[in-house]
Amino acid sequence: MNSGAEQLIFSLIAGVFIGGAAGYLGTLMLSKRMALVAGPLGHLTLPGIAIALVWGFDVSLGAFPFVVLGIIAIWLLEMRTKLPMEALTAIVFASGVAIAFLFLPIEQAETALVGDISETSFGNMLLVGVLCLALLWTVKNIYSKMTLINISEDLAKSEGIDVRKYNLIYLGAIAVIVALGVKVVGSLLTAALVAIPAATARNLSKNLFQFSLFGLILGAVSSLLGILVFKVTGLPAGPMIIIVATFFFLVSLAFKKY
Amino acid sequence: MPKTILKVESLKVKLEKEDILENLSFEVKEGDIFTILGPNGAGKTVLLKTLLGILPHEGKIKWEKGIKIGYVPQRLPFMKDVPVSVEEFFELKKIAREKTKEILDLVGFSGNFSEKKMGDLSSGQFQRVLIGWALAGNPEVLLFDEPTTGIDIGGEETIYTLLSKLKEEKNLTILLVTHDLSVVSKFSNFVVCLNKCPICQGVPQEVLTLKKLHELYGEEIKFYGHHKH
Repeated sequence: MNSGAEQLIFSLIAGVFIGGAAGYLGTLMLSKRMALVAGPLGHLTLPGIAIALVWGFDVSLGAFPFVVLGIIAIWLLEMRTKLPMEALTAIVFASGVAIAFLFLPIEQAETALVGDISETSFGNMLLVGVLCLALLWTVKNIYSKMTLINISEDLAKSEGIDVRKYNLIYLGAIAVIVALGVKVVGSLLTAALVAIPAATARNLSKNLFQFSLFGLILGAVSSLLGILVFKVTGLPAGPMIIIVATFFFLVSLAFKKY
Repeated sequence: MPKTILKVESLKVKLEKEDILENLSFEVKEGDIFTILGPNGAGKTVLLKTLLGILPHEGKIKWEKGIKIGYVPQRLPFMKDVPVSVEEFFELKKIAREKTKEILDLVGFSGNFSEKKMGDLSSGQFQRVLIGWALAGNPEVLLFDEPTTGIDIGGEETIYTLLSKLKEEKNLTILLVTHDLSVVSKFSNFVVCLNKCPICQGVPQEVLTLKKLHELYGEEIKFYGHHKH
């Protein structure tokens, strides 16, 4: 059993990694006007989280296959029906929530909805750290090409960029960050974890370098402060992280450069 | 005799089961300023994208082996969503800073221009940056989609003067999509008139007759001379 101080450090490290990676990837998602997609995908993880809570394994592990299934379902439905992506996302995520509440134990609903990072073990922290570093490395490697794709797919294709391949890697990265995000802020708030630090970074940045860097830092700092506030006040960590991120966003409005 | 750098034969493009282009054949020679003229929805942009290899097609498109192509798209509406500076925009193409400065100088910008955000540029400045971006890969052919959309007359003149200068200095071949008749007659040496299938092609002064233009744009087209009031 870990001591309270150790557990806090593990939680802080895991939170900072996930927050930073979410903020960084969030800057790409904001540029692609996809920041809110993380919301429905987060909701979609609920059945997976419910299974994880019932069987007692890590919620991220439960969430991940459901995000992947959700992304595939949305992608297939888009090809079949030509309905707009937002409508399909709404259909898919609402079904996910409905299914989850069939067997989600009500006493564990809070953990599923707003996350719980307070009981992070050493092994868990290590896994989160490795996954986040892999994610950051992947996103850094696709960042330039995805930015060009976000600006214009035609321009990217004319440069010989395989748009499908990069979109697939990008969606894979989103799946990982959503699965990790639900651990920290729960399925309700994952969208905020990617969208708010990125939006704040956008207000403060003069160029792409600053935008991506500020996204990463703001995500990490929001997580750090949110978890500390939780430790001091006992208020739930997930919502506190988002409230801290929102506070930074409001402050950034005073310095808006873009 | 200039060599042929592009040969298109019986080109057909179908998108989502709709015929967009049919029965199109033409050749582009080195040094041509080749315009593709037609009304909205005629398939001009689709033709350009097909030539770039972005869209599926039937028929033959044969570029000279190893030729380098630069592309200047019509509009980039999502550019404002990405806070990218001019310099960083060139870095997306792995262009070094020194080379970026050189190119910006070539298209008429100097000083700290490279630090400006792409989203803050005027339409004319933006278009010149796009031309520079296309030139950064040292292309032998430039494909242009409506280069002066949304630009005022002064800006248009700047763009076309720049293109003429670049053509002379770099011996570029230019393929230009436009619906602007004056550009075709002033600027190009070969035109293909297009409304899903070819209406006419040849030297603009010879093929752009009133009859052909009616065929291309419909009977509502009128030409206004000077009126006495």
